[in-house]
Amino acid sequence: MATSEVKINDPGIDPATGEFRVIAPGQTFRSVTEKIARIVLTPTTPLGWFALFGIGGAVATMLLVAVVWLFLIGVGIWAITQPVAWGFAIINFVWWIGIGHAGTLISAILLLFKQTWRNSINRFAEAMTIFAVVCAGMFPLIHVGRPWLGYWLLPYPNTMNVWPQFRSPLLWDVFAVSTYATISVVFWYIGMVPDFGTMRDRAESKVAQYVYGMLSMGWRGSVRHWMRYETASLLLAGLATPLVLSVHTVISFDFAVAVLPGWHTTIFPPYFVAGAIYSGFAMVLTLAIPLRKFYHLEGLVTERHIDNMGKVMLATGFIVGYGYGMEAFMAWYSASHWEAFMFWNRMFGPMGWSYWVLVTCNLAIPLTTLWSRKLRTSIPFMFFISIVVNTGMWFERFVIFVTSLYRDFLPSSWGTYRATKWDYMTYVGTLGLFTALFLLFVRFLPMIPMSEIRMMLPGAKIKAKAAAEAGD
Amino acid sequence: MPPREGTYGLLAEFDTPGDLVRAARQARQDGWRRLDCYTPYPVEEAAEAIGFHRNKVPLVTLVGGLMGLAAMFSLETWISTLAYPLNIGGRPTYSWPAFIVPAYEWTILFAGLSAAFGMLALNGLPALYHPLFNAPNFRDGATTDKFFLCLEALDPKFDLKETKVYLESFQPVSVVEVEY
Repeated sequence: MATSEVKINDPGIDPATGEFRVIAPGQTFRSVTEKIARIVLTPTTPLGWFALFGIGGAVATMLLVAVVWLFLIGVGIWAITQPVAWGFAIINFVWWIGIGHAGTLISAILLLFKQTWRNSINRFAEAMTIFAVVCAGMFPLIHVGRPWLGYWLLPYPNTMNVWPQFRSPLLWDVFAVSTYATISVVFWYIGMVPDFGTMRDRAESKVAQYVYGMLSMGWRGSVRHWMRYETASLLLAGLATPLVLSVHTVISFDFAVAVLPGWHTTIFPPYFVAGAIYSGFAMVLTLAIPLRKFYHLEGLVTERHIDNMGKVMLATGFIVGYGYGMEAFMAWYSASHWEAFMFWNRMFGPMGWSYWVLVTCNLAIPLTTLWSRKLRTSIPFMFFISIVVNTGMWFERFVIFVTSLYRDFLPSSWGTYRATKWDYMTYVGTLGLFTALFLLFVRFLPMIPMSEIRMMLPGAKIKAKAAAEAGD
Repeated sequence: MPPREGTYGLLAEFDTPGDLVRAARQARQDGWRRLDCYTPYPVEEAAEAIGFHRNKVPLVTLVGGLMGLAAMFSLETWISTLAYPLNIGGRPTYSWPAFIVPAYEWTILFAGLSAAFGMLALNGLPALYHPLFNAPNFRDGATTDKFFLCLEALDPKFDLKETKVYLESFQPVSVVEVEY
């Protein structure tokens, strides 16, 4: 672990606190602005970007093929049938939405807690949220069988005189997810407006000036505007915080409200939310580690960020672990034959391997190693952990849905679940879509909020002495 | 409508937020009311210095949120009891606990949209044109690393020559005249 040696005279460590600095020393307003704006405004795109975008685009094309075939033939091309009627589509939906949650947590909850270290990672974490919600939102829509009638989910006056049924958690999902998508996009865009102003003023090509000019909406940095802007950001953060907690709660109601053993449990809402944040932080790491390396942003996304994200993962990982423990405990304590059987079958049945993959990836590996600061600040190790946790969280969803369904009350109706190639193509395709969208974001939008970084620089604060001199 | 020709104001450029706040506070004390500061990031002290203490964004957000709540809850109630009553497992048609979830989501949706668009509307944005962008040093500085104080021509105290001398007494980097 030579890379993780923590040296006392390391310039990245603040001698006052002994912690890694949030921003490397020696940055000025102009240097951070130039560094971040240049990534976007440069006329030359790095070759590596094209290579990755090519791969992402090719994989996303696979999604297109899978979805076209689905629309032509129907959901029968997937492995869903009785008794496992909810397969990959729901697993992926919940997994992607969960990933999105870390972005909102970073942008909203950490803002309310005045955790300024979050400033450099918040923009791309929010972008991750939006692209994850795009991938997630697609799954229920294509799962309904006739997606061109998807608007039937909404309450609108129609000639059939039919209205939605508001007592169903599935309808609650429609409102939770659509609100989440809308508010995330608005929060993200509003956050970028001042930075678009900077881009407009620094762009050299006419097209860029025009486009960023339109996007910035004429932002000119008036302090009156800034004060309203700060109030609105704080309010949006305050609104996004209960929203993010409610979204995964509502999604967990899809299961918890059902009477199926393995789903019918009150631990689901907190356990889903913690799991969402756990996987989301892992995805932020998966994205941040290559990005800071590729674009040389080590001075802005420092070991401190990686370390703090590791700590959040450790905490949420334990909540998730508590959730698993509680499920096992309730299976025994409920004294319900069906609950006990379901749990035994989940661990040792024909699909028990998936449970042990989940335990290994979500509990055994991360929760034993993330205690060590040395490991938490080791970049290769944290990248490895992020992949492990993402895998583990995907398997958590798989375990919850498939192993609760495939052996239900009557042995005569037992079945199994084996995903088809179309299932895999759709899932892997969304990974490609996510990558492609994220690369477009990195290329065309400022990925680190410049105005928020400026606030953290040493010259930004007005000295108390200077204020006193001016009288008041 | 303000005049659309002639001078918009005088723009003083500062290197640090401290200099800007000192100048803005003094100008406000000397009786200036049509003045504004421009900074590359929010400087709360500058807003205080020019006497901008509170704004209406929270009120707009509250009204928006309450409208969302009322709209969705009444829609659910109307649909479930009058427009399309369904017997779901014998539960009452007016199942208000189940209606909380969509009503809650719409409270947040409307409040969030009101906060964002209300903030923009109160700021007078989007604005396709603003005279300040005519100042040669404004575009490079105001969104990067410079701090500006603008004394506007609409203020009764404004006089091109005297105000320029007055602004120069704050020792700014430069003072330029901004045309409409």
